[in-house]
Amino acid sequence: MKKIFKHPQSLRKVSTHYCAGCGHGIAHRLIAEVVDELNIREKVIGVAPVGCAVVAYDYWNFDCCEAAHGRALAVATGIKRCRPQNIVFTYQGDGDLAAIGTNETIHAANRGENLTAIFINNAVYGMTGGQMAPTTLIGQKTATTPYGREANYHGWPLKISEILALLKGVVYVERVSLHAPLEVLKAKRAIKQAFFNQIEKRGFSLVEILSPCPTYWQMSPKEALDWIKEVMTKEFPLGRIK
Amino acid sequence: MAKIKIDKERCKGCLLCVNFCPHGLVKKGFQLNKRGINYVEFLDKDNACLGCMQCAIICPDACIEVYR
Repeated sequence: MKKIFKHPQSLRKVSTHYCAGCGHGIAHRLIAEVVDELNIREKVIGVAPVGCAVVAYDYWNFDCCEAAHGRALAVATGIKRCRPQNIVFTYQGDGDLAAIGTNETIHAANRGENLTAIFINNAVYGMTGGQMAPTTLIGQKTATTPYGREANYHGWPLKISEILALLKGVVYVERVSLHAPLEVLKAKRAIKQAFFNQIEKRGFSLVEILSPCPTYWQMSPKEALDWIKEVMTKEFPLGRIK
Repeated sequence: MAKIKIDKERCKGCLLCVNFCPHGLVKKGFQLNKRGINYVEFLDKDNACLGCMQCAIICPDACIEVYR
């Protein structure tokens, strides 16, 4: 019998600190698989965010850098400009990329930096205890919106992918999900395309991944996947945006 | 003819593989691993596993390997 699905070489065989059923683990593995398949493990540099994925550098078996909260794309810009031969990507959550780092994100995208951004959207702040994030859906209960998010008080969910798609420096924006094995494969294809764009020096690429957070959605892992499919994809439609 | 191998020490018991296995061959076990988690077990008496890899693709901890 041949091994047809193996642990990627770019992912360390350690137990992660993520909760059971968390989408970060799947996203880490997809990035590691893409890095293996494109054979760029020796020249890729990842920039880890602040958030649940703050120690992502312990899980990937390639070079990584840690950035201050929200500043991953600013740090990645510096690395890429000093070392244009390297493949630089950022891995950021919604609290990092869409809240505190909106400024850095929009300007890095507008400058058309030759970078890849992986944006994990799970609609809450996971690391700090499940508070409302800009991407929290209307009516969703979180630690800071115990009666559900109200549009006239808290505003509307921020659609960062649609905003970035308007900018000229951005070449590729796609929103994918992790709610079923088929969708995970689509997510992998999108991540591969985003890395390929950087290798071909085309410009800024962003992949938004809708990811489950069973702990702070207060659901079982399977219910969380169903919630993405039934509720979250209505607000954040899947597919290629640019 | 296919089989899967589960790394029981890294399994967190989220049971996503149990939900996605089309033949119900992956089940929640009764044994605990070192972290005190009921890890999942692969029980395939009739060689029904096709090696479709759905369990491995959805596993958040990359602890399933598939042989075919």
